[in-house]
Formats: sequence, structure tokens, C-alpha cells
Amino acid sequence: MWHRDSDRFRLFTRRALMLGAGKGVLLTGLAARMYYLQVLESDRYQTLADENRISHRLLPPPRGLVTDRFGAPLAVNRQNYHIMIVREQTPDVRRTLEILDQIIELGPDTIERVERDAARRRSFVPVTVRDNLTWDEVARVGVNAPDLPGLIIDAGRSRDYPEGPHLAHTLGYVAAVSEKELTGDPLLELPGFTIGKSGVEKVYDLALRGTAGTSQVEVNALGRVIRELEREEGDSGNTVVMTLDLELQRYTNQRLSDQESAAAVVMDIHNGEVLALSSHPAYDPNAFTNGISHKLWNSLVNNPYAPLSNKAVNGTYAPGSTFKMCVALAGLEAGIISPNQKFFCNGHLDLGNARFHCWKRGGHGWMNMHDSIKHSCDVYYYEISQKIGIDRIAAMANKLGLGEDTGIDLPNERSGLIPTKDWKEIQLGKRWQGGETLIASIGQGYVLATPLQLCTMTARLASGKAVRPHLTRDNVTPEGVTSRQAEEFPELQVSRANLARIRDAMNGVTNELRGTGHGARIAIKGMEMAGKSGTSQVRRITMRERQTTGVLDNNDLPWKYRDHALFVAFAPVDNPRYACSVVVEHGGGGSSVAGPIVRDLLLKAQELQSARQGISAADQPNSANLRRNPAHTDQDEG
Amino acid sequence: MAGSRFRIGEDPDYVPIGRRLLLLNWTLVLLIAALSGIGFAMLYSAANGSLQPWAERQMMRFAVGAALMIIIAVTDIRVWLKLAYFSYFVALILLVAVEIKGDIGMGAQRWINLGFFQLQPSELMKISLVLALARYFHGLTTEDVGRIPLLIPPILMVLAPSALVLRQPDLGTTLLLIAGGGVIFWLAGVRIWKFALVLGTALAAIPIGWQFLREYQKNRVLTFLNPENDPLGAGYHITQSKIALGSGGLFGKGFMLGSQSHLNFLPEKQTDFIFTMLGEEFGLVGGMALLGLYALVITYGYVIALRCQNQFGRLVAIGVTSTFFLYVFINIAMVMGLIPVVGVPLPLVSYGGTVMMTILVSFGLLMSVSIHRDIRISRQGNDDGRN
Repeated sequence: MWHRDSDRFRLFTRRALMLGAGKGVLLTGLAARMYYLQVLESDRYQTLADENRISHRLLPPPRGLVTDRFGAPLAVNRQNYHIMIVREQTPDVRRTLEILDQIIELGPDTIERVERDAARRRSFVPVTVRDNLTWDEVARVGVNAPDLPGLIIDAGRSRDYPEGPHLAHTLGYVAAVSEKELTGDPLLELPGFTIGKSGVEKVYDLALRGTAGTSQVEVNALGRVIRELEREEGDSGNTVVMTLDLELQRYTNQRLSDQESAAAVVMDIHNGEVLALSSHPAYDPNAFTNGISHKLWNSLVNNPYAPLSNKAVNGTYAPGSTFKMCVALAGLEAGIISPNQKFFCNGHLDLGNARFHCWKRGGHGWMNMHDSIKHSCDVYYYEISQKIGIDRIAAMANKLGLGEDTGIDLPNERSGLIPTKDWKEIQLGKRWQGGETLIASIGQGYVLATPLQLCTMTARLASGKAVRPHLTRDNVTPEGVTSRQAEEFPELQVSRANLARIRDAMNGVTNELRGTGHGARIAIKGMEMAGKSGTSQVRRITMRERQTTGVLDNNDLPWKYRDHALFVAFAPVDNPRYACSVVVEHGGGGSSVAGPIVRDLLLKAQELQSARQGISAADQPNSANLRRNPAHTDQDEG
Repeated sequence: MAGSRFRIGEDPDYVPIGRRLLLLNWTLVLLIAALSGIGFAMLYSAANGSLQPWAERQMMRFAVGAALMIIIAVTDIRVWLKLAYFSYFVALILLVAVEIKGDIGMGAQRWINLGFFQLQPSELMKISLVLALARYFHGLTTEDVGRIPLLIPPILMVLAPSALVLRQPDLGTTLLLIAGGGVIFWLAGVRIWKFALVLGTALAAIPIGWQFLREYQKNRVLTFLNPENDPLGAGYHITQSKIALGSGGLFGKGFMLGSQSHLNFLPEKQTDFIFTMLGEEFGLVGGMALLGLYALVITYGYVIALRCQNQFGRLVAIGVTSTFFLYVFINIAMVMGLIPVVGVPLPLVSYGGTVMMTILVSFGLLMSVSIHRDIRISRQGNDDGRN
């Protein structure tokens, strides 16, 4: 028995040692695995662990400011208080909201939305209850804080336009990023981030946007922030200084505000700086910052006076008689007419079996170039345009900046239209008709221009250089702001003598007796302006109307069939500095409606200039009285 | 071979109680206390530096368990031999009872509430099975072990509770029971080719057995085979555990500084994944130290077994040591992504009262074997065998 037992024991010992060896191997395997994970692969897992726990959050940079040329704020960032609720910090979300509702109005819809959002998110994620609290509301909520567990008042930034509608079209507005605007820049995906949607805000969006800061926070598996590890503040956007003069801009808006729909531009003829750019009616860009209401949006879209459109750059109008300088200059430059060559105006011109009327029924009699502009005689232009031809006229128009983009730093600029024979052939597939040259010569028919183009044309006539308008003092690129080199615009390649003749004729319009714009002249010595009126037809005057009722007066027509009133001018006559154009949609006569506005704007621009140079405007004769002086009854050309 | 009794005073192997306490393996007690101490520290860390809710309760359980362990240790080994079958049948009946109760309760029911204590019959079975098998093979000669009919009762003794536990369903415990049973068979001298045969049959049966697995058990196996397949679902646990361990590096991130554990990326950090937390906070050095302590305890078990003069004690010693080893191996291999997640805790370290009790009771038995190593017991089990 004993040896058997020792047999059994020996067997046991052998088996136990084998088993123990097996366990040793397995434990060694565990150790090896541990070594592999913790030494060989450690770096990889370290990275993975950091990726787990560290969450990078973007800090939206403050948007760059926009100021006028003297530093007056035009677009700023306002502290914006919003109130948020954290579900886990309040015993009863609904009850807290109901108490809050008694302090600041929320309404049942908001309470329901917040309650739903809060239930859906993780308990520690704040849900916005209301945006844009007034300081008063913030104070009231703060006082009642003990009754409002889980509520947080948070300060953010939102865009604010202190001038409201005054610069709506130029500045544009910002609004939340839409799906198709996402570029992959993670900043755009931040909730509540806004980008420029129109105007300067859009054109210079990248420069104004700045660069995002980052905050590294440690989060747990549920995404709850445990602590901030590192914070790097972003760079705020660049400040963009506009060429606009806020005071002149305000005055321009005020001056247009009597009209249903109008646009005006004032610019410096030497450097192309736009001092005022206005389109009336306007809208309040602040309404867009936090999401515009459906109702307000619809009312803006459906308004017949198109408040959303910047008519100064997006509105195209037949320039009417303001185009006559182009035609005359084209004739002079081509040597086809001489300054003193006269044509007889008997009130109309017949071409084939069509009759082309002058705006003055009885005709102007013998007209030379100077008088044709001064009196805005149509027949003179019917005569000379046949000799010059449409293509030469178009070439001169292009030289003066019509028919092509001015390159202004605003979105959606329209280039208007200057027709040529080729253009008609290609676009309409028809041959150019001789009569169409006649129509074009008085700025009607196919010819279209924006108020900004007309202002540019005037500036070029006044300066003799190919001036281009711009809106910012500095060169603004997405990379930043660099000061603009004094821009030397190229010469126009037009004889100085001929330009002087045109300017003299424009002087005749306003400053010579019986000039069409004499009533809108500036009667202050040294500040006089030279200009040209334009009244462009938007309807066809039939032969039947002429024969029966006579040409209907604008006041007898519905608004949208009335003529557009235009006026362009530069001042001072002797040493030009400013150019201005005004278009009053369906406003009637150019010299009676648009002229006085141009006069006031150019006068204001000069007065401001003098005032800023320390020469008090009070030293000058009272301009208001002089302005009211009715020289003679305004005559409006057709 | 006469009386089926021995009386205190008449028993030549009787050792006075004071002497037994002196004979107690205090080194082993110290090792066990050290392991448990590591457990307390990790539970303290898991609660972000608080004794609540885990560390304090674990300490109390350890205190009770350690007392029980010593009582068991100083109890004569022959008492445990006599109680072997009895405890096995009690455990089996309780398993059947939870099975029935579980059916009524319409869910996985593994507990019996005894009012003061939540008894888990499967844990009791882990010890009882070792005892019962040791008792059975103690009574067999080497030749007997070679007779297949005599192997059928012990095989049934393993399969019956395994089947019941598998139905609960508790795959981890089932594996522990079968492996623990297999160890006893092995030590008793069952031929290697028989193991090979059973293993081969088992492998062949895998496709059939697969159909009986619950969906979550199937998922665990599939996830183990390809964890990247489902990184946010079932594979999340393994992936996060590996990240935690790997990012711990050589020396770890420091006590209570494990980001994976403390930011809750690591699941079940106080129970099944506590080794991961240790590895993250104390690195390879800490992990190796713990592994070393376990290796020492296991080696101790072998020493006790080899020095024991009776077959029952030897089988029990290696049996409980092997169960202990299996816990350690399965748990650590699982958290390192070597085997599927099977829900086996790390003995003495993981939070949990029942497992703590099981382990301490089995160490009590191991120490009882050690104290009473010189007692010779006949095959019949109730005699000193010297006549």
C-alpha cells in the first residue's frame, strides 16, 4: 500500500510540476503582453489616451471693426447677454422656466422648446433660453438668481451697426452661416458664428473674421469638461477704415429720404475715394445679426422700392442726357465735329420713316457743342451721332468707365450696358439699326449705367484720369491690412483741350443763364459746380399720345411709368475735387428733382472740407438763402 | 480500518489549537493581506480619493473573510474531507434552486438572499467541486484512475454544475468550473490521451455549442476576434482598456492620476478592469509587482501541496491554487485583450464580496492542508491509514 501511495505521490508531483510549469508559461505570457502594451506600444497608446481626454475647442475671435475715414465706428461688436439653463443644476426645468417667465417674458413656445432641448441633451450641457437680453433684464434675472437654480447668464458678442440703416447697403450685414457657405473652416461650424452676407462685411469677410483661438480642455467619457489645460486667444479681425465720411453719408441719406427710391454717390475725383454712397430706402442691418423675422424679411423683399438692393451699384438706368458728354467727346476726339460746328434743331429729326423728337417741341435753333450740352438739345446729338457711329461712342463711353465694372469693393456690382454693333449681332442676332444710334446718343435704348458708373464718368471728365472708385482707405486682403499707396491713375488718352471744352459746357449747364441746371447751381464763389441733368424715359411715348393728349406729364402717370431723374456734377468748377451722381427712380425731371440734391451734396462735401481745414463755413455767405434763390423756371429736357 | 470516527485526545495526529495557529502560514497571510491592500488602494483611487463607496466595504469584507479563513485553516483537514460530498450536494441543490427561482423571476438570477448575506451558489460550487473531486480521487488507486467507468461519476460531478451555471448564464464561472475540475483529473493521473480525446470532442462540439450561447456572449467572442469592428460598441471596453494600460507606460501616471480611469473612459474600473487602472497608474512596474505577488502565492500553494502527505490535501491544495490562478490569468488576459471579455474579477483586488469570500475560504482550505500536512488519511477517508 505504501509503495502504491508513493507511486501515486510521484505521479502527482510530476503532474503538479508540469501544471506549475504551464502556469509559469502563461504568467510569463501575461508579462510579455504587459511589456508589449506598456513599453513597445506605449507612445501610441499615450497619444490615444490624450486624444480621448483632450478636446480642442475653438474660441471665436472678435470680428474686426469698421470705421469711417475719421475713425467713427460704423460696425462694432456689442456685448450680448443670453440666458442658459443647465438641466442637472435645477430640480425642475419647467418650474424654473415658469419662474423666469414671470421675470422676463418667455412665452409658452420658448418654455416648451427649452424643455425639449434640455431633455434631449446631456444633463450638463447648457441650453440657450433667450438671446439678446437688455441690461435691465440681466439685472432683474441676477436679483432673482436664488429662485432660479441652474440658470446661467452668459455674455457673447454680436455685431452692431450704430448707424442703423444709414450704411446698410455699404456695410451689409452678418448672419449665421448657411450650409453651402461651409468651407471646411471649423470656425464656421461654431454655433452662433456669423459671417458677412452682403456689402463690405461680405467683401472683406476674411479680413474682418480674424483667426480663432483654441482652448484645450480635459473632458471625461461623457464629454463633460473637467478643466481647461491650455488656452490660446485668437486674433481679432482687422479694423477696416472706410473712405466714407459719416457726416456726409448721413446728410446724403437725409437728402434722399424725401424720395420714394433713389441712389447717390459722392467721390473724390483724384483718388477715387467714395465719400458717400447711398441707396434709398434702406433697412436696419442689426435686424439680421440674430436672425431676421420672417415677417420683416417678407416685407423687405416685397417692398416695390427694393430696400435690400444697393441701387448705387446694382441699379442700372438709362443715363439719358448725362450720356451726351460721351457722345460729344467721342465726336470731338474723332475730329468728326468741331466745337463750333452748328446743327439746326427744329424739334425733331426724321430718319427713314421714323421721326425722332427733341424734348423741346419748338426746337432749339442753331446749336454748337457747348449749347447742345447747356440746353441738352437732342437733335444735335441725333445729327452728330449718325456721323460718329455707335462703336466710336461706345469706345468713349468705355473710356469714361461705362459698360464695365468700376471694380468697387462691393458685391454684385452690375456693369450696365454700352451697346455696339457686334454686341447686338452676338447677343440679339440682329443687325444694328441707324435709328438705334440716335436713341443711344441721348442715353436711351440699350444704354444702361449705374449711379456709381455715372459718378465715375463725371470724375474722369473732371480729372482727365481713369479714376476707379473704392471704399477702403487701406488695401484689405484676407492676410491683413496694408496702407494703400497713393494711387496714380493713368491718363484718359483724351485731348485736354477737348476735356476742357466738355467741362466748360457742363459749367454752362449750371452756371450760365438758361442752362438746364441753372436752378440747381451753387451760387457761392469758389464752390460752384458743373453738371449735367438727365431725364430718362421708361415707357414708350406713342405717336398717338403726342397727337391726342400731348406727352403726358409725369404727375399724371403711375409712379413706375414716370421718368428717372438723373444729375451728375463735379465741384468746384475751377479746381475740381468732388464728383457726384444722383438717380431718383421715377422721380421726374433730372434738373428739378436730382439737380438740387447733387447741389446740396457737393456743397456739403465742400463745406465739410473747409470746416475740417479750420475755415469756418460761417465766413461764407449764407448758402441756404442763396440756394433757395429761384433763378428761373426749371426746364427739363426730354 | 475499524471505526469511522476519531476522537480528540485519542487521535495521534491531534494538534492543539495554539500550535495550529503557530503552524499557520503567516507569510501566505501576509501575501494575501498585501494583495488585498493593493485592492483597497485601487478602490480608493477609483472613487477619486474616497473610501466610499468601495474601499471601506471591501476592507470590512476582508476582515470578515480573513477571520473565516483562519477558522477554516485551523479546522482539521479531515473535517473538510468528510464535508466534501455534503457541501457539493448543498451547492448543487442551491444551483437548481436559483435555476427554478430564476425561471420564475424571468431573468438571470444568480443570487440567493439569505437575509444577512447574498449567497451565490456558483461561488460555493467552485470550492465544493474541488473538495468533492479531491475526495473522490483520494479514494482511487492509480489503477482505478485508469478505469473509464470510474471516471464517469467525477465527470458528471463537473458537468452537472457547469450546465446549470451556463444556463444562468455565466460563461466565466462555467469555464472556471470545468478548468478547475480538469486540473484535479490531471493531478489524479488521468491519461493524457483521454484529455486529448475530450478536448478534441469539445472542439468538435464548438459549432453546436455556439448555437446555445446568448447573443451577448456571441458578441463578446466576435468582438474579441476583431475589436476594431465595433469600436464604440462591445469592442469599446477592450480598446479603452488597452489604451489605459499602454498609456501607463513604464512607471505609470501616478496614484489617482490615471486619465482613462478617472475620466470614465475605462468601464467597470472597480471590478473587472481594476488591473487596467493599476497598470495605468503604476505602469509596467506596478503591474509586474502585482503579477509577482500572485506568482508567489501560487508558488506557495504548490509548496504546500508537495509537502502534504495525504492525497486529498494535495489535490485540494493544487485545486484551489489553480482556481486562484485561473481567476488571475483570465482576468488579466481579458483586460489586455488576449481573451474575450468573460466577466471574471481579479481575485482579492476587484470589488465584490462574494468572490472575496470564495478566495479567502479557499485559502483557508489551503492553509488547513498546510497545517495538517502530516496527517495520513486512508483511501476510505476516515482512518489514519497506519494499520
